Amino acid sequence: MKITEDSLPVLTALDRPNSYIGRSVPRPNLQRLTQGRGQYISDIALPRMANVAFVRSPYPHARIVKISADAAKKAPGVIGVVTGAELAKVMTPWVGVLTHLKGLKSAPQSPIAVERACWQGEAVCAVVARTRAEAEDACELVEVRYEPLPAVTDPEVALDAKTPVIHASLGDNLCFERKLDVGAVDKALAEADAVVETTFRFGRHTGVTNEPRAVVADWNEGEQRMTVYHGTQAPHMMQNLFAKHLGIAEHQVRVLTKDVGGSFGIKVHTYADEMATVALSKLLKRPVKFVADRIESFVTDIHARDHRIKAKIGVSKDGTITAFEIDDLTGIGPYSVYPRTSGIEANQVVNLTGGPYKCPNYRAQARVVFQNKNVMCQYRAVGHPIAVAVTEGLVELAAAKIGMDPLELRRRNLISDDAYPTQSASGLKFEQLSHHEALAHLDSMMNYAGLRTEQKKLREKGIYRGIGFASFIEVTNPSAAFYGVGGARITSMDGATVKLDAQGAIIVHTGVTEQGQGAEAVVAQCVASSFGVPIEKVRVITGDTDNTPYGGGTWASRAAGIGGEAAWQAGKALRANVLAVAASILQTKPDDLDIRNGLVVDKERGTERLPLDELARVAYFRPDTLPPGFQAELLATRHYVPRAWPFAFTNGIQGSYLEVDTDTGFVKLLKHWCVEDCGTIINPQLVDEQIRGGVVQGIGAALFEHCLYDERGQLLNGNMADYLVPMAMEMPDIVCGHVVSPTADSELGAKGAGEAGTAGAPASVMNAINDALRPLGAQPLTDMPFTPDKILRALGKV
Amino acid sequence: MNDRILEISLTVNGARVQERVEARKTLVDFLREDLALTGSHVGCEHGVCGACTVRVNGEIVRGCLMLAVQCDGAAVDTIEGLSDSGEVSDLQAAFEQRNALQCGYCTPGMITAAQDLLKRTKKVPSRDQIREHLSGNYCRCTGYHAIVDAVEAVAQARGGAKK
Repeated sequence: MKITEDSLPVLTALDRPNSYIGRSVPRPNLQRLTQGRGQYISDIALPRMANVAFVRSPYPHARIVKISADAAKKAPGVIGVVTGAELAKVMTPWVGVLTHLKGLKSAPQSPIAVERACWQGEAVCAVVARTRAEAEDACELVEVRYEPLPAVTDPEVALDAKTPVIHASLGDNLCFERKLDVGAVDKALAEADAVVETTFRFGRHTGVTNEPRAVVADWNEGEQRMTVYHGTQAPHMMQNLFAKHLGIAEHQVRVLTKDVGGSFGIKVHTYADEMATVALSKLLKRPVKFVADRIESFVTDIHARDHRIKAKIGVSKDGTITAFEIDDLTGIGPYSVYPRTSGIEANQVVNLTGGPYKCPNYRAQARVVFQNKNVMCQYRAVGHPIAVAVTEGLVELAAAKIGMDPLELRRRNLISDDAYPTQSASGLKFEQLSHHEALAHLDSMMNYAGLRTEQKKLREKGIYRGIGFASFIEVTNPSAAFYGVGGARITSMDGATVKLDAQGAIIVHTGVTEQGQGAEAVVAQCVASSFGVPIEKVRVITGDTDNTPYGGGTWASRAAGIGGEAAWQAGKALRANVLAVAASILQTKPDDLDIRNGLVVDKERGTERLPLDELARVAYFRPDTLPPGFQAELLATRHYVPRAWPFAFTNGIQGSYLEVDTDTGFVKLLKHWCVEDCGTIINPQLVDEQIRGGVVQGIGAALFEHCLYDERGQLLNGNMADYLVPMAMEMPDIVCGHVVSPTADSELGAKGAGEAGTAGAPASVMNAINDALRPLGAQPLTDMPFTPDKILRALGKV
Repeated sequence: MNDRILEISLTVNGARVQERVEARKTLVDFLREDLALTGSHVGCEHGVCGACTVRVNGEIVRGCLMLAVQCDGAAVDTIEGLSDSGEVSDLQAAFEQRNALQCGYCTPGMITAAQDLLKRTKKVPSRDQIREHLSGNYCRCTGYHAIVDAVEAVAQARGGAKK
């Protein structure tokens, strides 16, 4: 384990000559994006392509009595007006459950609502026209008669006997429940010197991808094939789902994912309107395009994080944490989202709370309830921001209560760096984490002592600055334990196919996808290093189920750790094949040769023996000159799936320094730090940028982002003017540092880094605000987002 | 229908364009759908996110808040034109080198807005001034730090070149 500052880590196993592992290589293919020459799904236009717009329910819960479409059908440009009942003949409904989340239940969901709409924004009728504008015009002419039904909006009463049951067939509004009781919690709390008890609330928010969800479906009646251009993170998963619900074979479906304008977990789910678009293409036998507009994004892109958690911590005078206890209640909309389900976030909260600490006493309850609001599901760092805010909020409140420095209290409780392998009270298995090393690094990186001195001086002048921390753990590199064991056809494996082309360049097809995180760069670095060519000679192809190896795509920070390892192994396999060809041309043994910098060289002396283009020329065009019986194999495929550990946990710690204006309640973020440990760092720049982007998404949750519903279930701020997102002016510079504890599960040793920033930022900002306001006697703020009015209320000013 | 469709002539990226457009069509939809210039992106459709930022008669505008018919007689520059003329090549190189883009959806608008700042200011702008000028351009991926770095580096390089 060692600390690095964007420097080249010493990686003995990966220390090949000209290795790109650990280097900040710029991503290939960036020029087309900076020149506006990318190809996003919203850019795609096909011959005979029609556009669909949806009539959406204005009610959170209503019976659809009658749909009159005569006028709409006659409107200019209209090709078809299709109701849920009509589309049900083309596509079957789905139910979002996983068998390993015991008791999880949900109701069948259709591409377009049939008989009943269950949230404001659910599609009730589709209008397909030549242009989107014509389709929207005709939507205005569709008359839908609704009979409003009582809406269940408040999770607190969702399970009450008086509350109407949303889906009668389910018996109640409980989607999923989990209870955990480890150690002796009551005894530990009774014997604690101090107990802190509070309620944390997390505002429902969403991903706000800059490019909205987009899909172009093209059913070819002549080929009996469905080609779907889809802004998705998981092309193979979607191939399976499109096929399954159209009632055709998977090989009849091709999913193509081009450039995607932001994903963050938003684009890894089944959306009814996207399924409907695919079904409409089959029904109408022509390409159909759907691009969500911004209001559609707000009312139908999955929401996340609407949790209320009652929480307790016990601590002794010497700072030992004696127990954690949480009670989580979350409302997830009317359906569990397919196929990953809406039980995962609460499940993660139960798993992750208290995770960095030695404390053996832990009790948790989580209840996931249905309600008539937009659906909730997995969004970047699923469950982490909640579990981390609860844990770290409690830790800093406990530290304040016993008068101990918050970093010191952590030092006394974080799992020791030499205690691994070990597991958390909730049963999470940790291979190797580095909490103490990370904390020490953060302490010195941010000059904690200096900041405390500055803070004290400024307080005397009436300037209130706060310092807050958040230690965290992060789930990455998921094995089949995440979804596969629950019966979902979401592979945890990934593959790479590597081939030497006829001029000696390398073409890689990978099952992971590029969402902008730099998967193409990482895959190119792995192959260039393990095969032995300059990275400019490597071309990476992603996002095509007809042409890439089967793989899971991009989610749970798996692209580098899993896709990268498959690419690394495929590069090695091709090198062995190419050396066999070289040895037969050069009349020597493969073991005496190596490939370095695009040349076959003498392994001992490093002298050039054969350029790769010459080798390719002989192998492809003059195989007659090779020895009889020798066949050159210039393509190799390898797959990889983590087997030794269910997940590769990573860890880290964040620090936030901010100033609260006690007159206006505004928070000014001054600086933010994050030290994290994602194992082997393949590309330091890309890791840091994942951290920075993630931190800002977490800051958005802490300070701005909130899908505001009224008590009737109407979304009040479904646009980017009223729903605030972080913009450049309000964001701080973010300093990153690293500790490196590679996983032994793969040769590369890389773990994920995509969730870390989002996991810890809300907690550290919350703790910093409370630290700033503590001398003023403010009630601790635990209700995100921390808007100016909440801060002024905590100060008793309004 | 005819009173809803008007003929406009304008210059787009230096080339003369004459088209019949619906009066209600926004500039960015016109650029994307009628001229197939898909480098300008549609994000929020109400002037908040800046993904559709283009230049009209030298000033940056939101392509979603201006109608195509308002551009009759105007000179419009999009990212495709700014790229081909080489005007923003140093910004593009800095964005690529600094990884100041991830998904790239905001990037054409971000570069167009950054170029506007760098053209206006005589001195090298501070990081806060850069953040302020880009505060109408939404980026969900980067957290902005890398974008500010890239723009700052170009500002310094151009500033040095002027001396």
